[in-house]
Amino acid sequence: MSNLNLIGRKGVGGNSRRIARISLEAATILLFILFMVPFAMVVLNSAKTSKEIIYNAVAMPESWGQLWTNVSLIFGNRTVDYLGAFVDSFLITAISLLIIVVFSSMAAWVLVRNHTKWSLWVFMIFVAAMVIPFQVLMYPLVRWMRVLGTFLNFKLLGTIPGIVFAYLGFGSSLSIFIFHGFIKNIPYELEEAATIDGCSHQRTFFQIVFPLLKPIIVTVLILNGIWIWNDYLLPLLVLGSNGAVQTIPIAVTAFAGAYLKQWDLILTSTLLAILPVIVLYLFAQRYIIKGMVEGAIK
Amino acid sequence: MNNKRLVNILFLFPTVFAFLMIIVVPFFFGLYYSMTDWNGVSPNINFVGFQHYAKLFSMPDFVHSFVITIGFTAINVVLVNIVSFALSLIVTSNLKLRNFYRAGFFVPYLIGGIVLGYIWQFLFNNIFVSMGKSMSITILEASFLSRPESVIWAMSVVNTWQYSGYLMLIYVASIQSIPASLMEAAQVDGARYVTRVFHILIPMMANAFTISLFLTLTTSFKQFDMNFTLTNGGPATRFMGSPVKASQLLAMNIFDTATANKMAEAQAKAVILFVALVVVALIQVAVNKRKEVEM
Repeated sequence: MSNLNLIGRKGVGGNSRRIARISLEAATILLFILFMVPFAMVVLNSAKTSKEIIYNAVAMPESWGQLWTNVSLIFGNRTVDYLGAFVDSFLITAISLLIIVVFSSMAAWVLVRNHTKWSLWVFMIFVAAMVIPFQVLMYPLVRWMRVLGTFLNFKLLGTIPGIVFAYLGFGSSLSIFIFHGFIKNIPYELEEAATIDGCSHQRTFFQIVFPLLKPIIVTVLILNGIWIWNDYLLPLLVLGSNGAVQTIPIAVTAFAGAYLKQWDLILTSTLLAILPVIVLYLFAQRYIIKGMVEGAIK
Repeated sequence: MNNKRLVNILFLFPTVFAFLMIIVVPFFFGLYYSMTDWNGVSPNINFVGFQHYAKLFSMPDFVHSFVITIGFTAINVVLVNIVSFALSLIVTSNLKLRNFYRAGFFVPYLIGGIVLGYIWQFLFNNIFVSMGKSMSITILEASFLSRPESVIWAMSVVNTWQYSGYLMLIYVASIQSIPASLMEAAQVDGARYVTRVFHILIPMMANAFTISLFLTLTTSFKQFDMNFTLTNGGPATRFMGSPVKASQLLAMNIFDTATANKMAEAQAKAVILFVALVVVALIQVAVNKRKEVEM
């Protein structure tokens, strides 16, 4: 990675350079703290009782033990099944990602390698669909999924397969676009050689092309993963606000709706919603940042 | 050859089928429903033509939502891009902890709009207010979220906090693709830091600005989650002589309309949102493409 030495190169310049450098350092630290204050406030106030928060929201909590009390209050709550929402969120995100990666890369590969007018048109339609805002689709979609479910004799609303199918539809445009750009730059000779050696068409994809996609799969996983994990409206409409299947964002809103202005519980529930994401980020930070950057340039 | 064709069709099928069922069919149904009397309850849906569209722009709540959404978007385009560009300069400097800062600034983007809406509601309504009271800073004593004239700005602050870490990464990628020798040569020639940024860096980053402006425009125009949990549209205010919700952005206006069982009207509003989005995006991309060439 090349870093531009924009400010205060070491060993060059005099006092004014050093002052500039120190003030940049100070400004950055200040800005960083400012960025982190919201998280600090969530942690601080998750360890307080409702009374403590009203009395002084900025002070340190009287005892950190209250954090466990609040956490157990949330996990023991009867109106909102927090643990269940966590499991469902995890399943929905994981299965959707798997299906999006496999099916979109397959489709993108066919669209790249088939030099017909058709494949260009299909690709263009996928890309153009990215401008359609969710708001245009959401209500007709719910109605249509009910009809389609009856027709296929398979419940699409309120079930995990139903919402995963919806995520494949919504995620396909961006994912095909990203895979398409990447596969275009894979030399065709590789596949040609495999075909000459007697490798079947489908095996050429799974054994030659798919393994080469690894770096771009990371990008597709991260872009879609952040979106699906945090998504609210689609799960709300497809799963319902108190159906059998729940996601974390729905659970948090259900909590906030049921315990209006009880910030001790609401903040603890947001803390629990954030925590898994932060933990994952700490471990996979390098991949996440890299994946985001690649996705952005595409 | 026949086998190859079959495999191609099988490979395309799952994605194309899902795309048709989830995007294409609902999209055309959506266009049709906007011209009906669909109310979400009655099974009979009748065609009524452009009736909903005709009255939309005389409805105070819709015009108000449209206007504040444009305002919100305009503020964000400026605020988010300035902050994220500044952050990108910081994390590509030679500060020792630059990678740590870069990772930290990105964290808010990982948190969904729903969750961070609640967090900031707490910050605005409790933390800032209690700080204002204890230090007797008058401007903080009433929450920014409870004042019609400041609530859009408050939402923009949250939006900036959420997105600038993400856009920072786009700018960083762009900065790193510029040969370092270019900036060094200018430095040797005696160009000051500010001059270097404005005359070398920014012109070479035109592409990154196109992407970032486009992303900010479209995400702001479609903003819903944070709006929903931060303000839920409030507080109340007056517009064109009628009571309206001061922070009800377009997406929330559509949501509230549908919640009131006026499905067809919500659908017409959504189509307007779609058209506005397409127009804005096309203009923006065209303008930026021309700029890129000029530079």
